[in-house]
Amino acid sequence: MKTEDVPQDNKYLGSTTIRDLYYAVDDSGQYVPVASTGWEPQNEALRITWDAIGEEAEAIRQEVLAGRKSPLAYHMEIHLMTPALLASYTGLNRKDIKRHLSPAAFAALDDYVLGRYAEAFGIDVNELKSLGHED
Amino acid sequence: MKINFEHSLAAHCESGVTRSMLRHYGVKISEPMALGIGAGVFFSYMPFIKLHGMPVVSFRPLPGHIFARVTRRLGARISSRRFLNKDKAMRALDRLLEKGTPTGAIVGVFYLPYFPKEYRFHFNAHNICIIGKEGDVYTVSDPVSVVTNEISSADLKRVRFAKGTWPPMGKMYWVKHVSSTEPDLRPAILSGILLNCRRMLDIPIPFFGVKGIAMLADSMRQWESKLGARKAALQLAQVIRMLEEIGTGGAGFRYMYAAFLQEADAVLGGETGLGIFAVRMTAIGDAWRDFAFEAARKFKRRSEDVCSYNGLADKLSDIAGLERAFFTDLREAAGKL
Repeated sequence: MKTEDVPQDNKYLGSTTIRDLYYAVDDSGQYVPVASTGWEPQNEALRITWDAIGEEAEAIRQEVLAGRKSPLAYHMEIHLMTPALLASYTGLNRKDIKRHLSPAAFAALDDYVLGRYAEAFGIDVNELKSLGHED
Repeated sequence: MKINFEHSLAAHCESGVTRSMLRHYGVKISEPMALGIGAGVFFSYMPFIKLHGMPVVSFRPLPGHIFARVTRRLGARISSRRFLNKDKAMRALDRLLEKGTPTGAIVGVFYLPYFPKEYRFHFNAHNICIIGKEGDVYTVSDPVSVVTNEISSADLKRVRFAKGTWPPMGKMYWVKHVSSTEPDLRPAILSGILLNCRRMLDIPIPFFGVKGIAMLADSMRQWESKLGARKAALQLAQVIRMLEEIGTGGAGFRYMYAAFLQEADAVLGGETGLGIFAVRMTAIGDAWRDFAFEAARKFKRRSEDVCSYNGLADKLSDIAGLERAFFTDLREAAGKL
């Protein structure tokens, strides 16, 4: 890749301090490092991944609003967690976590367990009980 | 307290940390040199390990390998530790910083505050170098950042103890002693090249090296019929993300390896023939980029003439062939040097 061909398709990186770095060939044939704000195919791959997560989260949000799932299910989805991963963050039992995805079991949780969940997500307990948290 | 540490942007986190740490101790190597000596070009397709419910595709060796190989070959003594107790892990880090030791750490990126939100997945093999602490705030030299970043003690603790696939368990590593600031690069370069060829060609199970690329190509042909269009596209997106993720230098490290080969040729006195291999590797990098480009057109769905999964698999299969020939020839050439 030539230095002038290094892509600068900014979508996600521009507002942060993070950059891609390419080793590209300059006019004299030497490889030199060139910083990049992103490349469109990579941005596209990220976009469809997050779109899919967003769609899934919205579907779960609707189920929570309809009283079929607990808010925990929603927070798990937006934090990209499975019961197994959440179990290792919280130290809770995987089966219990699955149980807490139902509104009745979630409503019965004590502050200690709620605190474990909130801590794992990096939010407070009130946010955990609601759907307001949008990261 | 802040260690006087030269921060600079790198293509890849581990080769970047390795380069910067060695430079701190006076061993002035470049990032591509660290990648090459550390035999950092790799491929693995592990359908039996899942990340976000999809098979893991990776273009790098396991975390820690580049650092360990480079420091060993350049005669630096290092130490590393993992922890069960989070507070102990933080205290041990503080003690090193007090002594003025830049300390590498493996962290998860999901809760890394200065990372762009869209790049935060439960990926637990990111390398950073911690270079200072003021009150409750640490200064980190993150090789994929243009400047140093600050991170609170609580956040750092959280990312050092990220959970999921390959949890880092607070792993930290540092250089204890450098025997020479001008080590002989020649044997390090040659053994790095030969090791990289072995890793790409000789691992007898089909998930790794060029065999892994061929295996991914084969399995990709069935994705659409097995998984349906949506899941197949997401799985393809994961492959592209790994290939072009921040920290690969584009094309899954292939461009950076080309830069290494060019520099190696100069270090070994020129006329080694490695320059030709640099050009070939650049072409292979371009083939990977072409694959990513065609794959991404599938996500848009608007254009008519998008490549089928079979077409993409053909491209991958060609790349596997190119890399097999490349590393076979490189091994032969390097064996004579």
